Amino acid sequence: MDILVCIKRVPVTGAKVTLTADEQAIDAGYLSFAPGPHEECAIEEAVQIAKKHGGRSTALTLGPDTAVEQLRYAASMGVDDLILLETDEEFPPMPTARAITAAIQAQERPFDVLLFGNESADAGGYQVGIRVAHALGMPVVTGVKKLEFADGADGGTTVATAHRQTPDGWELYEVPLPAVFTIKEGINVPRYPSIPGKLKAKKKPIQRITPEMGAVGLEKVRLVVPEAEASDVNILGHGAAAAPQVVELLAELGLV
Amino acid sequence: MTILTLIEHEQGIIDPQTLSMLTAARGLAQEQDLPLHAVLIGANVSGLAAELGEYGVTAVHMIEQDALADFAPNAWAACVVEVMGAEKPTAVIGAGTERSNEVMAHVGARTDLPFAANCLTIQPEDDAWFVKRVRWGGTLHEEARLYGDPKLLTIAALGIEPEPSSSGAPEIISVTPNLSDADLLVRVVSRIEPERKGISLTDAPVVVSGGRGVGSAEGFVILEELAGLLEGAVGCSRVVTNNGWRPHAEQIGQTGTRVAPELYIACGISGASQHMSGCSGAKHILTINSDSEAAILAKSDTAVIGDLHEIIPAVIAEIRKKTA
Ligand SMILES: Cc1cc2nc3c(=O)[nH]c(=O)nc-3n(C[C@H](O)[C@H](O)[C@H](O)COP(=O)(O)OP(=O)(O)OC[C@H]3O[C@@H](n4cnc5c(N)ncnc54)[C@H](O)[C@@H]3O)c2cc1C
Repeated sequence: MDILVCIKRVPVTGAKVTLTADEQAIDAGYLSFAPGPHEECAIEEAVQIAKKHGGRSTALTLGPDTAVEQLRYAASMGVDDLILLETDEEFPPMPTARAITAAIQAQERPFDVLLFGNESADAGGYQVGIRVAHALGMPVVTGVKKLEFADGADGGTTVATAHRQTPDGWELYEVPLPAVFTIKEGINVPRYPSIPGKLKAKKKPIQRITPEMGAVGLEKVRLVVPEAEASDVNILGHGAAAAPQVVELLAELGLV
Repeated sequence: MTILTLIEHEQGIIDPQTLSMLTAARGLAQEQDLPLHAVLIGANVSGLAAELGEYGVTAVHMIEQDALADFAPNAWAACVVEVMGAEKPTAVIGAGTERSNEVMAHVGARTDLPFAANCLTIQPEDDAWFVKRVRWGGTLHEEARLYGDPKLLTIAALGIEPEPSSSGAPEIISVTPNLSDADLLVRVVSRIEPERKGISLTDAPVVVSGGRGVGSAEGFVILEELAGLLEGAVGCSRVVTNNGWRPHAEQIGQTGTRVAPELYIACGISGASQHMSGCSGAKHILTINSDSEAAILAKSDTAVIGDLHEIIPAVIAEIRKKTA
């Protein structure tokens, strides 16, 4: 079973987010970068599926040359092959989906399973995986938090069962492969890359493709930091001695 | 020309966020002097049409088929596209929920039209519409131009109070799209009930939430005890789930659950924006943190500075004393 996992490089921001002077991006001056949390889980899932069912796993990202760091991170977790769709421009959802579709079609071997994050951590467009699925004529299940495969009878089509969490429990979907799944954090706990894994990842070759932007559809004008409500925190006290003040507050709120 | 809306429902009840979306979409339709229409999809949904009328919908495009008894995102999109063909709407609008975002993305893919998810404000202009939308789970906003005809978008509906407007019974227009097997391939085939234990995180009036400062899985015993006394639920930060101390179902934040309790008690949590976007709806945030400079203090109403392992047991003892 061959698996492709599509990931995006995003800055790891803390409590305060500042923008660049042109308001086009987060000022990442001192920040590190990582794949989005959903995608980190998608990488882990890809590695586990390839190991359990046999086959190769491939990680793909669309981004600048520096996004090689996230591909190598995926490799250090155990991904076999790496593809970079290299661009310094920020691609909106439609061009991203077109570029990924074209890259998939250009591969010699078809993929059985395509994994995406449910939504990107930064742009949150909720659509790239779905657009790629349509372009390739594959079914897609989104928001997947558990994924299992059952081999079809007599070497027939493998069927995937995908679980999706709702406020009222779980919904189960069944689809034949090839298929697209968009993954949510919580499906697994991603491993920390090992030292040998990191060393091996450094030497992996990277297939580089230059994507075409084409029509944008949704055009970013600028980013805005929403105004935070000013809050004057009331310090109730220090240490265990503050317990009576806490209980007083609970009483005021009608909770005890 | 119309504003066409997508109606989400579950077990005979219209999703509250759909009612919020309708409230916003009605304002837009009035501004644009356009009628507000709705697409209603399911197996047994005609009973919901009257309520849509109360929210200003003047015509309901109703698709009722047994095969649509359970949610099937791509088939829903096929139904919406069918209505788009007949009505030529100016915009198609859903609520910014998991399901509606999913259906609208399918609509975008089927029609090769752009789609803007989770819009906060919408300003129609001649060609492109000017929208402000949610990024980073609400930590940032993006101002953008949305192209295409019709405009496809969802509205971030959580903060909008649903308001009925009583415009009378809507016209019902029956639609019978030809759904293919491929359209219906992805659909709910079965369900698993949740393992109910205690109060659910999203309904709990009090959430006692722990972060890295709790230090271990065992450290959560005192948080559970406090939550039990307050009839609340336990939540946690991403560091906690990544360490395997608590299940991801309890994670609060951008990639976890969003809660809006009466009281959120943040214990040993630093206040990263991705965490706060999950609890900023709380009426009161009480922080327990050893660092008097922690970023979360600026987002809290009250705080106790010190070691949570000493403070929480003392608070538990004090509650017991008071209620004994
Ligand atoms: C795209 C993206 C999405 C994310 N989504 C989420 C999400 O959904 N939810 C989420 O929580 N995070 C999320 N994160 C991670 C987030 O950025 C932070 O890394 C995380 O919230 C930090 O968790 P924490 O506050 O428990 O740990 P830390 O930041 O390490 O803070 C620990 C705090 O505990 C205090 N402390 C330590 N010991 C004690 C003690 N004994 N008593 C009292 N206080 C003590 C410290 O002073 C400190 O303030 C996301 C990150 C990214 C990049």
